[in-house]
Amino acid sequence: MTHKKLTVVTGHYGSGKTNLSVNIALDIAESGEKCTVIDLDIVNPYFRTADFRGLFDKRGIDIFAPVYANTNLDIPSLNIPLESLLKSGTHIVIDVGGDDEGAKALGRFAPLINATADKDVLYVINKYRYLTKEPEEAAQVMREIETSGSVLCTGIVNNSTLGAQTTEDDVRGSFGFAEKVSELTGLPISATCAIESAMPEEAPAPYTVKRYVRTAWEQD
Amino acid sequence: MAEKSLMKGNEALAEAALRAGCKCFFGYPITPQTEIAAYLSKRMPKVGGVFLQAESEVAAINMVYGCAGSGIRCMTSSSSPGISLKSEGISYIAGADLPCVIIDVMRGGPGLGGIQPSQADYYQITKGVGHGDYHIIVLAPSTVQEMADCVTRAFDLADKYRMPAVVLADGLLGQMMEPVAFDDAEIVMSDASGKPWAANGHKNSREHNIINSLYLQAPELEQKIRARYERYAKIEENETLAVADYCDDADIVVVAYGSTARLAKSAVDEARKQGIKAGVFRPVTLYPYPVKELNDAVKSAKKLLTVEMSMGQMIDDVKLAINCSKPVEFFGRTGGVIPAPAEILAKIKEMGGNE
Repeated sequence: MTHKKLTVVTGHYGSGKTNLSVNIALDIAESGEKCTVIDLDIVNPYFRTADFRGLFDKRGIDIFAPVYANTNLDIPSLNIPLESLLKSGTHIVIDVGGDDEGAKALGRFAPLINATADKDVLYVINKYRYLTKEPEEAAQVMREIETSGSVLCTGIVNNSTLGAQTTEDDVRGSFGFAEKVSELTGLPISATCAIESAMPEEAPAPYTVKRYVRTAWEQD
Repeated sequence: MAEKSLMKGNEALAEAALRAGCKCFFGYPITPQTEIAAYLSKRMPKVGGVFLQAESEVAAINMVYGCAGSGIRCMTSSSSPGISLKSEGISYIAGADLPCVIIDVMRGGPGLGGIQPSQADYYQITKGVGHGDYHIIVLAPSTVQEMADCVTRAFDLADKYRMPAVVLADGLLGQMMEPVAFDDAEIVMSDASGKPWAANGHKNSREHNIINSLYLQAPELEQKIRARYERYAKIEENETLAVADYCDDADIVVVAYGSTARLAKSAVDEARKQGIKAGVFRPVTLYPYPVKELNDAVKSAKKLLTVEMSMGQMIDDVKLAINCSKPVEFFGRTGGVIPAPAEILAKIKEMGGNE
């Protein structure tokens, strides 16, 4: 996957947006480019991009996060200078909260995002997530996100996973689902994500990811 | 079993409830369990059930009281501070011998505490929650699949013994995602069938049933409570559940429940790799406490180590269960801090596990 100046990561609640955002940000930093991550998730209290602040610091990645979880405030406030970041020339990865509720936070930045030409607005899908197993359901959630966030998606990321237990067959079993979502939405499959051990050879637009979003008993 | 889905712990709890025929859910949002209400608000109308967001936790538990009295399977969910608010209602439900399920996804306390995971409400939940001489059944899952399974079990036990049953999780379990499978059975909403005590309208076809917890005559109240304790004795005899790993030859047995048991298991796996004879004992039922199972599991142990996300609460039940026959040490983190497997392993070594 080639990374545009601005990457907005949207998707159903729990589709794997945060893990994808972390992977993309680390990739951009690895290639020697400046990268800034914006955690726009105002829904989720745990397993957030902001949890990776330490890792990002080491790789020279800046992060802007709402003042919310891990602070003493329980009402999120968004203090994010997107306009100046866009002008500064840094690559930007925006991790949006799940569903249409999460995408609401995007609305405020929609005029800036829509005015940016060099961008991807990715819609992350996971065939194994309980309420978006049917392509029609996944397509419907995308429309809700677009409406709520006032931003149109530009590509589908097939991130079909069962977490640590994902096998190559699980990923292969999601190809038909992703194609159907692509057909229903009229958007290309920008990437098929999988961990290295589960990536099928024939995957369209393969993007090998690492699992950064993990529980304490999975840490190395 | 149907194919596996990736679900959040909170979603699995919610889906399992409606699959158990829970027709009515009364809730009020609080982190880290709000997904239960959010999920059921979407799903309940599609399967003929009722989702109602009450004006407060107190209102929600009293709606459960009324609904349970009609014989319909019903549930409420909350997290620590919200459970404190519900405690009066839970006592009334127990005092009226009504079945219901309550989910508690614990967070740091006391007071408003924090929103990160905790197990500091062990005393509160296992020792009855509200006032009076009574118990409630407490199930403590440690995987997302087990969260779903425990909800089904909680409904069955609540009906069988006519009392509240709690599924006790913590924020980590509620928020994490793992594969879950549900069977393909059609969802059937419960009614009052098989519950002759239900106050569900009778059109003068029988004597009316009374749902009540007020008994002003002391001997009558004592008799009610004694009858309840006869049921508790049966529960303690028949309904305990626990899992023991590597305990047969263990010198040190780590006792932990819920997500902490998985952290302990990681530490014990590593200890075994290093040649240390450690085992892990995980109670699934916290009331009734698996006393017999624990005694069986610690036969070869020289010492026990209780690990909790609290300052040490379940440790009392561990000591009581083995009648203080062996030293029981403690390691815990609290306030929302998650104990690391490496810290638990260090404690096992400090206790002489590497001798």
